Amino acid sequence: MKEFAYTITDKLGIHARPAGLLTKLGKQLESKVFIKKGDKEAEITRIMSVMSLAVKQGEEVIVRVEGDKAEDFEVVKAFFQENL
Amino acid sequence: MEKYVGKAASSGVAIGKIIEIKKDDHQVRRIHIGDIDKEKSRFANALEIATKELEDLYEKAITKVGEANAAIFEVHKMMLEDMDYIDSINNIIETSEVNAEYAIATTSDNFSSIFANMDDDYMKERAADIKDISNRLISILGGNSDKKDLFTEPGIIVADDLAPSETVTLDKEKVLGFVTRKGSTNSHTAILSRTMNIPAVVSVDIPYDIDGKTMIVNGVSGEIFLEPTDEIIDEQKKLIEKEEENRKLLEEYKGKKAVTKDGKEIMVFANIGGLSDIGAVLQNDGNGIGLFRSEFLYLQEEDFPTEEAQFLIYKQVAEIMGSKKVIIRTLDIGADKQIGYFNLDKEENPAMGLRAIRICLTREEIFRTQLRALLRASVFGNISIMIPMITSVWEVKKVKEILEEVKVELSKEEIAYKDVEFGIMIETPAAVMVADELANEVDFFSIGSNDLTQYTLAIDRQNPKLDMFYDTHHPAILKMIKMVVDAAHSHDIWAGICGELGADLELTKEFIEMGVDELSVVPNMILKVKREVINS
Repeated sequence: MKEFAYTITDKLGIHARPAGLLTKLGKQLESKVFIKKGDKEAEITRIMSVMSLAVKQGEEVIVRVEGDKAEDFEVVKAFFQENL
Repeated sequence: MEKYVGKAASSGVAIGKIIEIKKDDHQVRRIHIGDIDKEKSRFANALEIATKELEDLYEKAITKVGEANAAIFEVHKMMLEDMDYIDSINNIIETSEVNAEYAIATTSDNFSSIFANMDDDYMKERAADIKDISNRLISILGGNSDKKDLFTEPGIIVADDLAPSETVTLDKEKVLGFVTRKGSTNSHTAILSRTMNIPAVVSVDIPYDIDGKTMIVNGVSGEIFLEPTDEIIDEQKKLIEKEEENRKLLEEYKGKKAVTKDGKEIMVFANIGGLSDIGAVLQNDGNGIGLFRSEFLYLQEEDFPTEEAQFLIYKQVAEIMGSKKVIIRTLDIGADKQIGYFNLDKEENPAMGLRAIRICLTREEIFRTQLRALLRASVFGNISIMIPMITSVWEVKKVKEILEEVKVELSKEEIAYKDVEFGIMIETPAAVMVADELANEVDFFSIGSNDLTQYTLAIDRQNPKLDMFYDTHHPAILKMIKMVVDAAHSHDIWAGICGELGADLELTKEFIEMGVDELSVVPNMILKVKREVINS
């Protein structure tokens, strides 16, 4: 299990479109990926729960990647930097 | 029993079960289910279809609005595939032993309220996405998303108001009556229900959530009885019988020519809004069709009807009517009849805005398609072309120019057409004032009394509060009609009335004295007008 903290820069936050992209990504990965904001957490393949975190621009989330495949962590990190 | 009184909009009396139409309401009922597995597989099936629909929508949207805007459909698809959403629905089906529709609606409410309660405007709007996907599923489970398929038994339609496109897509065979909480006696629902021979009462203050209850609609008195007593049912049934008797009496006039005592024959024609009204025209012995509202071809579609689609309809009407006149009015939309795919701007004052011939002369390609279809159909019967909303002579000249160009085009392509009778609607005060000049250019005039009244009296006919000022017998209107008829006759062309006033029996005698040559009325008024003519 590996974690990283990330501050959202997209001005709409994690809105519908990136949430959709996250879901897509999650389904391609072997690892399970969770986003945590405050005391709420969502698994990224579950679009509704990701959206209901209502993450806004400037807010920090903790991203946790659980799995044996080491590359997944880098893929997820790169995704956040590119899209969010 | 409760009694309510509204405005009588279309005569006749009907008794039946209420079919209540709410905006975006899919009428979900909670039903106890014995076979849970079967219900779950119903849901799974619907899910598969909905996913496919959204994939198709996404593909279509990409080419139309680009990938960024189309993404919403992909997101909708993902929401549909969301395990929390699916699990919730399956759980409700299983634990509450209810139908899939109810489980979806409950889940939809739960999930959308999470979003609706967020303090973020963007996220609040996502509640609508959840409702949207849920409604899609519920529609699929119901067999179809169209309102016309909402009901299988005949009934009385109750709604706040109905858009023209909604009214026309309802299956006439299953509609016993119309009751709307809003709208005036001159609104489209009212006019359409008169055309369809269906009793209607508008602007009546009835409660909500009355679906399935028994109702009596009296389109003569404007009375509505909700869950009537046996006594009232008997009383109203007698009225229905009386109406029947009246109809039989009128049958007497079927087959008789509408000739006045002075020996002048009046053309008593019918106003129709589509092929399905032709039956009523023939049944009521119409001498022809004085107004075929072609915009209904456009209202029923999702996109511009093709030349071929229009041609087939015009051809069919012409063939059925044979040698009898079929006057087809070119596209008259705008104002209170809006169509999404035309992408018209919202207007402050649509009645005076871009409508009818004004659209046709600014977007000629739409107009040319219709004229081509009309000319092609002309060889199959006795078609006349009529142009709405004329205010100036140049407009008529321009239309004739375009018509000639279309004819040349057809000749070049060796496509057959006939020289058709060409007329205009007189429905603006301006057209009345220049009727003399206009008469030089055309073969006939048809007075559109509804718009002429609205423009002359400066009264919005959609506004029920103005009904007391909307005097259809206003001397100004009657004087104008006389002016138009005189102008026509001095140029040896004929003049008729195709608005609602044409069917006003109190005026028939006066119209005949004025020299009106034709009266075009809703099919169920043809025989009554004929009787009035024969006795005048």
